[in-house]
Amino acid sequence: MPPPQRTLILDAEAIAKTLAEMADRIVEVAGRESDLLLVGIQRRGVELANRLATLVEARTGQAVARGKLDITLYRDDLQAIGPRPIVGETMLPPTLDGRMVVIVDDVLYTGRTIRAALDEFADFGRPRRVLLAVLVDRGGRELPIQPDIVGFHTTAAPGDLVNVSVVELDGVDSAELVPGATP
Amino acid sequence: MTRPLGKDLIGLESLTPEQILLMLDTAEPFKEVSERSIKKVPALRGKTIVNLFFEPSTRTRISFEFAEKRLSADTVNVASTGSSVSKGETLVDTARNLEAMRIDMVVVRHSMSGAAQFLGERIRSNVVNAGDGKHEHPTQALLDLLTLRDRFGRLEGLKVAICGDVLHSRVARSNIWGLLKLGAQVGVCGPPTLLPRGIETLGVTVLPRIEDAIEWADALNVLRLQLERMQSGFVPSLREYNRVFGVTSERLDRAPRDLVILHPGPMNRGVEIDSDVADGPHSVILPQVTNGVAVRMAVLYLLAGGAPDWAAPPAGEDSR
Repeated sequence: MPPPQRTLILDAEAIAKTLAEMADRIVEVAGRESDLLLVGIQRRGVELANRLATLVEARTGQAVARGKLDITLYRDDLQAIGPRPIVGETMLPPTLDGRMVVIVDDVLYTGRTIRAALDEFADFGRPRRVLLAVLVDRGGRELPIQPDIVGFHTTAAPGDLVNVSVVELDGVDSAELVPGATP
Repeated sequence: MTRPLGKDLIGLESLTPEQILLMLDTAEPFKEVSERSIKKVPALRGKTIVNLFFEPSTRTRISFEFAEKRLSADTVNVASTGSSVSKGETLVDTARNLEAMRIDMVVVRHSMSGAAQFLGERIRSNVVNAGDGKHEHPTQALLDLLTLRDRFGRLEGLKVAICGDVLHSRVARSNIWGLLKLGAQVGVCGPPTLLPRGIETLGVTVLPRIEDAIEWADALNVLRLQLERMQSGFVPSLREYNRVFGVTSERLDRAPRDLVILHPGPMNRGVEIDSDVADGPHSVILPQVTNGVAVRMAVLYLLAGGAPDWAAPPAGEDSR
């Protein structure tokens, strides 16, 4: 079988531009909130949340709190899947009570990750408001979850993979569409 | 890819270094769960776990129970007294009856070496060894390894001296396997009556005097003198044991470097370890207990993902 064709949907320059636009949107919606917290979903959402926080800080001159969240233990398919996935680090403030939280992830697909993240948040308190910011929305939702801030829209078929790479982990910034990559 | 753990955790002897590291690395994120104000994640929701303790235990049983509850499993405790075990029911019959009530995992402690493997081969549920006779106590060794890694940032090349009653100690055996597999150097120190004959064939250094251990090691794992397992005549008297082999601050003051002190508990204060050492700045005895919950959460989480089909063939020639 030939290796799957890869289509570049965002290169490094486009990602930088997209993140800048997303930061503008975050500032519009929540920039004045002194208790703003950007929470990245492990793993690549963490890097994107860090960059967005820096961009928001540059725009508002206010420090923005960062957090990271691993949702593995809250997955709804944990009882069904085989070997257990590696669990990443979760780092949140002791309480989310009353805070303005923006969840940041690289790709939004079925919405199940965000469902898990919202469940996990409930165990950390009761945020005043939770927003969802994603770099790529690829469609294909299986739950009634919609993003508030989207960097890039694309439509990918169920078997396709939308793969985001970040410099911090992968040495390059890119978003690719790999058709037929998952069975 | 790392091979999954298989159905049961019986001991560290049959595991690969990668499997041991997988358990240690998985324990890291679980440490944070116990620091939350709601100390619970839904990972084992709907799983039923039976803690089958045929020997007394405070720390290990409660640590397993916390680990289970913090993963949202449902738990039942069965002790040998007050159950049908005291009427003469066999281990397998007890476990099969529990299985008939549809359980998912058994955590077993038993005075017979091999009890956990024996059980694991006969029931479908995952079996976790919480100490079997003088054989192994894998989760204790894992929490010791995790605590050492926390302190030193590495295990490779680390010199760990296991001191005291090595003969009766499943903790010593599991520690020796785990430390050697992860590249640490292991010394054993104790009176000749309490060191198993031929122990150096495992690849450990025998240190005849406690002063030798203190000079050689980066960390001491001080074992409890297991008075309940001793027939008689292993040591002349507790006071003499303390005088010759006790870990005291006077002895530690002469060490060439600051030693990290571990003890699996429960301690015989003033016998194998003096109070000022146990409560001193180099003691990691309480961090060990904290890490125990995280390690057990990791083990339960990883085993629950393994279907019975993946059970690795039991090690040893005498297995069927």
